[in-house]
Amino acid sequence: MAGNGRHHTIAALVQDKPGVLTRVASLFRRRGFNIASLAVGKSEQAGLSRMTFVVVGDQYTVDQATKQLDKLIDVVRVSDITNEDLVARELVLIKVKSTPETRGEIIEMVHLFRANIVDVGTQTLVVEITGEEDKINALINLLEPFGIAETMRTGRVAMVRGQADGRVSDSIGIDFYGNGRSGEEPTAPGTYEGV
Amino acid sequence: MELTGAEIVCESLLQEGVDVLFGLPGGAVLPFYGALSKYPQLRHILVRHEQAAVMAADGYARVTGKVGVCCATSGPGATNLVTGIAGAQMDSVPLVVITGQVPRPAIGRDAFQETDVTGITLPVTKHNYLVMDVADVAGSIKEAFHIARTGRPGPVLVDIPKDVLLGDRTEFVWPERVNLPGYNPPGEAEAGQIERAARLINQAERPVIMAGHGVVIARAFKELQELAEKAQIPVVTTLLGLGSLAPDHLLHLGMPGMHGLAYASLALDQADLVISLGARFDDRVTGRVSDFVPNAKKIHFDIDPSEFNKNMRVDVAVLGDLQLSLRQLVPRVERQVHLQWLQTIDTLRAEHPPFNIRQTEELLPQYVLQQLSEVTQGEAIVVTGVGQHQMWAAQYYRFKEPNTWLTSGGLGAMGYEVPAALGAKVGRPDKTVWSIAGDGGFQMTMCDLATAVESQIDVKFAILNNGVLGMVHQWQEFFYDRDFFATVYTGNPDFVKIAEAYGIKGIRVTDKAQVVGAIQEAMETPGPVVVDFRVKPDEQVYPMIPAGESVKEMMEEPVPERIP
Ligand SMILES: Cc1cc2nc3c(=O)[nH]c(=O)nc-3n(C[C@H](O)[C@H](O)[C@H](O)COP(=O)(O)OP(=O)(O)OC[C@H]3O[C@@H](n4cnc5c(N)ncnc54)[C@H](O)[C@@H]3O)c2cc1C
Ligand SMILES: Cc1ncc(C[n+]2csc(CCOP(=O)(O)OP(=O)(O)O)c2C)c(N)n1
Repeated sequence: MAGNGRHHTIAALVQDKPGVLTRVASLFRRRGFNIASLAVGKSEQAGLSRMTFVVVGDQYTVDQATKQLDKLIDVVRVSDITNEDLVARELVLIKVKSTPETRGEIIEMVHLFRANIVDVGTQTLVVEITGEEDKINALINLLEPFGIAETMRTGRVAMVRGQADGRVSDSIGIDFYGNGRSGEEPTAPGTYEGV
Repeated sequence: MELTGAEIVCESLLQEGVDVLFGLPGGAVLPFYGALSKYPQLRHILVRHEQAAVMAADGYARVTGKVGVCCATSGPGATNLVTGIAGAQMDSVPLVVITGQVPRPAIGRDAFQETDVTGITLPVTKHNYLVMDVADVAGSIKEAFHIARTGRPGPVLVDIPKDVLLGDRTEFVWPERVNLPGYNPPGEAEAGQIERAARLINQAERPVIMAGHGVVIARAFKELQELAEKAQIPVVTTLLGLGSLAPDHLLHLGMPGMHGLAYASLALDQADLVISLGARFDDRVTGRVSDFVPNAKKIHFDIDPSEFNKNMRVDVAVLGDLQLSLRQLVPRVERQVHLQWLQTIDTLRAEHPPFNIRQTEELLPQYVLQQLSEVTQGEAIVVTGVGQHQMWAAQYYRFKEPNTWLTSGGLGAMGYEVPAALGAKVGRPDKTVWSIAGDGGFQMTMCDLATAVESQIDVKFAILNNGVLGMVHQWQEFFYDRDFFATVYTGNPDFVKIAEAYGIKGIRVTDKAQVVGAIQEAMETPGPVVVDFRVKPDEQVYPMIPAGESVKEMMEEPVPERIP
């Protein structure tokens, strides 16, 4: 099912029930969907959480993933918001090795990216950066030569930009039918020789 | 009224209209049994193995259309249910499965007979519950029934810790409604999608309807017939759709696919439009997807949107309950005759005649099933195991009514034949119920003959005894250089003596001439009967489209042996 393809951002509103994360994770594993990141936290409504997934795959795989998610009883709403006007951010902590000689250079670079130094140790600095993946990856690339000891990424959180009708990220809906999808074919299921 | 958790379970089952459940007790679920004994309105059928409890509930559900209920204890009791639950999930059968769990304080400590049954069954249930508060018992059970029976049906498991069952006495409040904001099963279809579907149907010259299990689940038999007749569209039925159209209906072609009738598969192959009504393009039906119905546009009617474009890219998808969708569709479909197309199919049928049985003195399994169909006039409930006998039953039994054909299709679980037949008879005591088994599958669950005896469930058990794991043997014959490793049973018991040991009649049939008499004798004998048909061992199921191949690679029964 998985395979090459681009990154899709999926937003979901889920009920805050024990096991909801297990259900979601188990679904992705069982169906072989390729998940790049998953972020979850409480929403503005009591008893409901929001999740943002980044799923890698062709359009059919992502359609299938959203529809399977939507089938979970505890999932209230799902939408593929990839093609919407999004605010998408990720928070990353980077522990980078530093010496008295390199420290200044690192700090300069960090400020250039409007990132923060949140911890200064004798041999390391911890950098906090929030932003879109491109910006974060660029900083990581620049810090790499100094030696990165540890990175911790939250995964993408995303929201559809303000809309006059006040709609929220997970109310865009999903494409049940695939009307007019042309060109791409769904990944053919592998031949199964069961008896 | 203040009740314990266990009593609340019983009251909730009554609220849901349950009158029978199948199970086997153990420590964690014992408080429930303690309550159950005081509820004679809830008939409990004691089984010999929990797999029988869940498969009997499945059989009960398939013949009645109601939710089947079963229960078991924690740990080994619960894990014994898993095969049956997975089968129900695959074939969309509504079940509520109640399991006892170790007491709350013991959860997570690897307590005696603790297993994470909600974890284990997560991927094979429609939904499941671990009820941690006695106040949630009634609500969870109400939700479980609602989820099991609505939308695309399926099994729902409710796991209840022992101390919740014992519980502090609590007021029994039956919730008026369920609160499931994430669950909204589709009803009517969108007009636009119906319009698109109608347009394709009206343009088609060689349409075929593929009637699936969804027709049976939605009880859309009348609507299917209306559509087929109005536009004169021939109908193929999947293994699980059998019975959705009368077998002698002129437009009915029978089952296509791996072991389907040749002309049904060939008709699909030549179609310019395939209309799937509640059939999910299973790989046993399609073979190699890229070569399946190569010249056809496809319309897919389903209640589960995740089935659209899952295995097969379709041109139009119609989401909704099939009965409602068809009611919306039929008025928009133009009357057609499709004379040429139906003539083409007649030619296919003449060139590939179905139902021919070789003339031979040997006792052929196909012959047994054909005779069974004749003697019962296609009116019995037939429950099969998995394998060759299953395919022959599908091919030769002429089902007159829907909901009388029970088989494990998607999971293909051997051992289904005995317990599901028990459940079917409990659900439809007015019907003759035949269990059709292989000697392999029968031995997986024959311990539950004791259940038939004890609970007086009058099922007739036919064993098509070929002394081999026939279907696997066939694969070895065709695809593994006739290396018949581990498929020959040399230690089979004497099934007549087995029957007698259970105190029921056993009949052995070794000769063709005895077949009809034995079937009649079994039906005239009150109570369960076992008939051991000693059929010819190395018989192959034809036609066969090898897995992952197309209709072009279909193997038909070698011609010289065919009698015109
Ligand atoms: C040994 C063996 C060989 C087999 N060979 C064949 C073969 O040759 N040919 C064959 O056909 N099968 C064969 N099968 C069976 C096969 O594996 C599948 O189980 C079967 O084809 C599935 O049929 P289905 O799609 O109609 O039913 P299901 O798998 O039950 O699917 C039903 C569909 O209907 C939908 N639905 C449910 N309720 C509604 C509703 N109210 N409204 C609308 N839609 C609804 C569901 O969402 C689902 O998509 C074989 C099985 C075994 C074990
Ligand atoms: C529980 C289970 N185990 C294994 C299989 C694989 N399998 C499919 S058909 C078959 C042979 C069935 O033999 P039998 O019940 O004697 O029926 P026959 O094919 O001979 O009619 C087997 C082993 C299965 N479907 N289910």
